[in-house]
Amino acid sequence: MDTPSPAVVTVRSLTKRFGPDGPPALDALDAEILPGEITGLVGPDGAGKTTLIRLMTGLMAPTEGHVEVFGNDTRTRAQAVQEAIGYMPQRFGLYEDLSVLENLTLYAELRGLPEQDRPEVFAELLRFTDLARFTARLAGRLSGGMKQKLGLACALLKKPRLLLLDEPGVGVDPISRRELWSMVENLTREGIAVVWSTAYLDEAEACSRVLLLNEGKLLFAGPPGQLTGRTRGRVFRVSGFQGRKRDVLAGLLEDPLVSDGVIQGEALRLVLRQESPPERLQGMVMVPAEPRFEDSFVDLLGGGPGGRSVLAENTREFPKDDPKPAIEARGLTRMFGDFTAAADITFSVPRGEIFGLLGPNGAGKSTTFKMLCGLLKPTRGEGRVAGFDLRRDGANARNRLGYMAQKFSLYGDLSVAQNLDFFAGVYGLDRASRRARTRMMTEIFDLGPYARQSARDLPLGLKQRLALACSVMHEPDVLFLDEPTSGVDPITRREFWTHINGLVERGVSVLVTTHFMDEAEYCDRISLIYRGRSIALGSPDDLKASARSDDLPDPTMEDAFIALIRKSGADGEPKGGTVS
Amino acid sequence: MRLRDSLRRIRALVRKETRQILRDPSSILIAFILPILLLFLFGYGVSLDTKNVRVGLVVESPSPVTASLAGAFRGTPYFQVSEGRDRREFEDSLMRGHLRGIVVVPKMFTEDLAAGRRAAVQVLTDGTDPNTAKFVQAYTEGTVALWLAGQGSGAVQAPAGLTVEQRFWFNPELASRFFLVPGAIAIVLTLVGTLLTSLVVAREWERGTMEAMMATPVSALEIVIGKLVPYFILGLASVTLCLVLATLVFQVPFRGSFFALYLLAAVFLLPSLGLGLLISSLTKNQFLASQIALLSGFLPAFLLSGFLFQIGSMPVAIRFLTAVVPARHLVPSLSSVFLAGDIWPMYLEAIAILALMGAVLLTVSVRMTRKRID
Repeated sequence: MDTPSPAVVTVRSLTKRFGPDGPPALDALDAEILPGEITGLVGPDGAGKTTLIRLMTGLMAPTEGHVEVFGNDTRTRAQAVQEAIGYMPQRFGLYEDLSVLENLTLYAELRGLPEQDRPEVFAELLRFTDLARFTARLAGRLSGGMKQKLGLACALLKKPRLLLLDEPGVGVDPISRRELWSMVENLTREGIAVVWSTAYLDEAEACSRVLLLNEGKLLFAGPPGQLTGRTRGRVFRVSGFQGRKRDVLAGLLEDPLVSDGVIQGEALRLVLRQESPPERLQGMVMVPAEPRFEDSFVDLLGGGPGGRSVLAENTREFPKDDPKPAIEARGLTRMFGDFTAAADITFSVPRGEIFGLLGPNGAGKSTTFKMLCGLLKPTRGEGRVAGFDLRRDGANARNRLGYMAQKFSLYGDLSVAQNLDFFAGVYGLDRASRRARTRMMTEIFDLGPYARQSARDLPLGLKQRLALACSVMHEPDVLFLDEPTSGVDPITRREFWTHINGLVERGVSVLVTTHFMDEAEYCDRISLIYRGRSIALGSPDDLKASARSDDLPDPTMEDAFIALIRKSGADGEPKGGTVS
Repeated sequence: MRLRDSLRRIRALVRKETRQILRDPSSILIAFILPILLLFLFGYGVSLDTKNVRVGLVVESPSPVTASLAGAFRGTPYFQVSEGRDRREFEDSLMRGHLRGIVVVPKMFTEDLAAGRRAAVQVLTDGTDPNTAKFVQAYTEGTVALWLAGQGSGAVQAPAGLTVEQRFWFNPELASRFFLVPGAIAIVLTLVGTLLTSLVVAREWERGTMEAMMATPVSALEIVIGKLVPYFILGLASVTLCLVLATLVFQVPFRGSFFALYLLAAVFLLPSLGLGLLISSLTKNQFLASQIALLSGFLPAFLLSGFLFQIGSMPVAIRFLTAVVPARHLVPSLSSVFLAGDIWPMYLEAIAILALMGAVLLTVSVRMTRKRID
């Protein structure tokens, strides 16, 4: 090199393949990590974030190219690299059957922290992470946020010069996430370089610099504002329209001048391809909005997928004027031993509405969900779906609902076509309609080229499409979606919501869980679930309004969540373990 | 200084592993509960059939002489006798498997005996279970012969072909237990060394702790040693448990030395642990690791070690195959530690072979446990 670079990590034409003929997980990457700042490693699942971090730790070797950490090639001098770094893998790397203090001691020994320094360092880290009260508790009994802090403390024992954090914010409650962020930010003031990988695009905005990855390729490197600025002047908050918001959005997304758009409470958020608005927007109220990282990411990828849902067009119309609610939960409570996973959950969803359960992992969303599909028996309370009492008519209720489980729950060894056929059979379609529906799903979700592939080997986005196709095979009038878009790229997410919006327009009722704060705004009403309880219920606009203050004139959904947690007084120390 | 760092890291890993073993019910289960179950199974279960075998005794024409003979049948611990007058009463039970055999004392028995003619007793057995059938036959002969001798009348001659004392010297019931219980120790050591070790390493991969640990300055060799030491000690603890049970509960003699037993066990643990580590670093998945450990460790130790089945009576190809089964080299030495006393030339040969196997497997597994996750 001609001039000494301040970079702590230098990545040079790095390619990584798994298997000799596999597609590159990382494709000809060039990047630098600078000291004293947080570098965001941003992208959907499968983009190559974890692979890049592992390459920086020296635990993986590049197929081509080099990674140098503090001038040490990771291939030849892995030991020297590992002396200098702190690394927190996705699941925090904690021994769940060891206590907080035992975990700290183990990693202190492994990292060679001198014995005489330990009391001071431990005390400081425990204060820093606010874990001092829990030193004797087993790591497995900590809440998600506390585990994450302990994982961070273990990575910080011997002050690293480079801190690698692999998705530290996933599924953790928003308060813990913000605390973690400010802890890490303090570290950068001491000159430590931090790499923070995330699939949350709002986290990217807070980083000093980002590396945006998609399908193994580096789409953008630089300050996030530079990418966000790409759509400046083209983002608008649109209200005052005639008709139903989802219908209006679907129409607008078909306009060639509209690049991207989503529901935001009772309004729409649109990204235009040019600064002057198209004619269709005449008569609507357009307020310029601050562009977001996600807007520009979608724009960079060529804009959203349009607003037409062929799936919805091929779904029969369900009467929306039925006065009976589609889904009803009354005092649903579920205990596991002495741990209350869900307490007194009550809500009802009218026909043709999207209802969201929003909350961190382990809050009780999935438990509530499983009770409402009849997969889990409530300890107390009752649930009704499509008018059927789940205790007495569970089978009838299940026939009317489509269920898309969290993570991939199809048969990985069956091919795409076999999965479709199997689910059509399970839902009791006769031979003719089975053939018709599977052919239709294959066309709608563009699964034809993959029909013979094992479902396991599909990329995440396609897996999610297949899962949705299987769950709507029998034209259910109630749809249960458990974290349907977790980790998928924003284009697939848009496509997904276009289908959901279209189905809702047809009168389908949807219950969805999410930990994406902005996704909550696509719902008509949401319930905030925190530590097993519903701490607030209302429309996204109402909930945001309730958090409005002089300090926060325009709160985000996350601000609202945090304010509501504080208000409910539930932000003390959790009792018992966590169950998701 | 570097060695001191290394030793410190190994100590930390061993301490961590020990805590996990003590807190994890599955380790305790495999290392202590399973051995107890196995020993009881081989100590009692396998030999149970040879005691209290249910037979029907048909006395067609009762007399004081036949009553005395029936008493002899009732008195032996090997039979549990139901008595009757006609064999047809028992035929159904024999076919259903409720009885293992029918002993018929014919009408002419008393007269023949008194007349000094050859008095015959008929034995009907279930031929579908040849072992038990032979057993019933042999014990009937033995019981009759013993009864005849007890009659003390010189006038009565033992029927030809009966050798009274030999039958009781060669006591299959006792011999099987004496042989099976020491042999079970080889199985137990395979369970701890191969199955348990492969499970705990695979678990670290599954839970992501292996990745976090590898990103620290710890070396692959240190990780391996940190795993080996605790399970090595755990294996020796299981041996102690087996020794106590074998000698106190099953009354197996212990004619060799403790030193020999522990030396043999320690050397045997090397290939067992090596195989366990190799499996887990190849699969990184608990389910797969346990399946492979059972197939490559447990089953060969069970079937091909000479513990249950005589190696001499196996087909030649299989006999050669047993040479690579570590347990096959341990079992003869183990039985001699218990039953015969120390035979050092035999031990040394076994130790040399096991140490060689251990060295090969451990070297390969250390190589495989590179600090790499791709």
